Amino acid sequence: MTAQKNQFSEVPFSTTIDKVGVEERISRFQTRSIKGPSKIQGLFMVLSMIDLTTLEGKDTPNKVRQMCYKAQHLHDVYDGLPTVAAVCVYPSMVNVAREVLKDSPIKIASVSTAFPSGQAPFEVKKIDTQFAIDAGADEIDMVISRGKFLAGEHEFVFDEIAAIKEICGSKRLKVILETGELATLDQVRRASDIAIHAGADFIKTSTGKIQPAATMQVTFTMLMAIRDHFDRTGKMVGMKPAGGISTSKLALHNLVMVNEILGEAWLTNEWFRFGASSLANDVLMQYMKQVTGKYQSADYFTID
Amino acid sequence: MNVLKTYKIYIGGQFPRTESGRTYVVKDANGNPIANVCQSSKKDIRNAVQAARKAVGTWSERSAFNRGQILYRMAEMLAGRKTQFIEELTQQGQSIESATNEIEICIDRIVYYAGWCDKYQQILSSVNPVNSSHFNFSMAEPTGVVGIVADQDTSLLGLVSQLMPVIAGGNTVVLIASEVLPLCSISFAEVLETSDLPAGVVNILTGSAEEMLPTLAEHMDVNAIFLSNAVTEMVKSTQLSAVDNLKRVLVMDSDWSHESAQGIRYISSFQEIKTTWHPIEQIGGVTSSY
Repeated sequence: MTAQKNQFSEVPFSTTIDKVGVEERISRFQTRSIKGPSKIQGLFMVLSMIDLTTLEGKDTPNKVRQMCYKAQHLHDVYDGLPTVAAVCVYPSMVNVAREVLKDSPIKIASVSTAFPSGQAPFEVKKIDTQFAIDAGADEIDMVISRGKFLAGEHEFVFDEIAAIKEICGSKRLKVILETGELATLDQVRRASDIAIHAGADFIKTSTGKIQPAATMQVTFTMLMAIRDHFDRTGKMVGMKPAGGISTSKLALHNLVMVNEILGEAWLTNEWFRFGASSLANDVLMQYMKQVTGKYQSADYFTID
Repeated sequence: MNVLKTYKIYIGGQFPRTESGRTYVVKDANGNPIANVCQSSKKDIRNAVQAARKAVGTWSERSAFNRGQILYRMAEMLAGRKTQFIEELTQQGQSIESATNEIEICIDRIVYYAGWCDKYQQILSSVNPVNSSHFNFSMAEPTGVVGIVADQDTSLLGLVSQLMPVIAGGNTVVLIASEVLPLCSISFAEVLETSDLPAGVVNILTGSAEEMLPTLAEHMDVNAIFLSNAVTEMVKSTQLSAVDNLKRVLVMDSDWSHESAQGIRYISSFQEIKTTWHPIEQIGGVTSSY
């Protein structure tokens, strides 16, 4: 496909964001009460959207193997549970994950471009990405150069994303904005617009290494950028809030928000993901509470 | 001006109202209303267990000596507020003599268990002879989160007598207070709050034990239940619910005013004995040569 490449000059300028208005809108998503069968359906949906993540300096091959096993067997005590959407690991662990997952429908996402800081030469970032793809990654989670972005070099950021997208080819590219470092919602919106126009298949809030991570405010802002893009071009872009979403309640609030801003088409793991490590167990505990009627204990759920 | 006290519940070091928004009226001996008290619900139990679980690590890892100091501090705080507690007891129908006596026993009992904090371990632990080259020893570790239904016939005495040995042993607690005599339980929470007790170690709910106990007994994250002078049906249903995660259920039919209603057995009932086999290189045959 030799579609004409997007140009940086085509990135639209959005109007400034009314933070108070955003907060007001979000507080309404949080008042929805989801109970009974709808809650169970929602919990299943959350499970199927999770990118089970381990991104630690201390990751070992066995830790990754263990997590890949968990991805396939969330809680074998109970039949009929979905699996997670993907596992998310460092490039050096992609081959290990591939060994375990083989042809499983669970995707392997690899972070790249000198995750988490993104402070590396451009060439290194390209090699990093190519390495992950060669090792068998299905999806690439890249970080943008926040330093450059904050210094006003937006075009540099655009070009970097476009170049990485070219290396990815048909593999889906998620672009991590690291919103915790972007300071304002206006900057988050600008970075979202740049990423979307440079070819991101997904935009993702955070690395999980910086606080605050995926607050509902930034997710809301990014979802609005996706909607505006869809309204203009008819093209869908995915969304992945990551970091800080560790409870079922918060995850369900996020789904409500996605449904109301983007609509049902986005309520699948093709277009929406949660980047999380501890969310899965909380969802499982909530689910078992629904099934058994008893409050659960973390002691009876595998750590990884 | 007469300011009426609002009796709220005690969860994770905070004094929230019940999640359910319900209250009930506590009456004095003549049937006159004296206070509105929270009628807690299942969700308060859930929140309290969550807070208690979170506190297990910090509390059980405190040194035994430090736990003892904090318990002793509770006795000091209670002694300082004696008159308030006596007044609450008399409001709920006791004579001044009996109320004064009850508070004094409570203070003594707290001091008693404060003393036990750094002593029970030595008594419950042992070094065991084994027929292999191992150094084999057993020691007591706290059970974890303990659900207590306080004695329903006393406002403070049963509560203190049940609570102190459990926390002295490093456990954390979700406690359901006496339904008809709840006033002292919440005032006692204020004593706990000013005694350097870490948040969440003790959580106190008021309301109907009959309503809340099943949730507590079924809760997979609760490790033991402590009942006092409970009716047979309540004991039976609690034991049935406790089966799923093998909770310990301790039922004590005690006269808490008596000195026999205290002792190390109340501590050891909420301890797990861990035995360690530590390999050693030399056993028998080889003796030192110096």
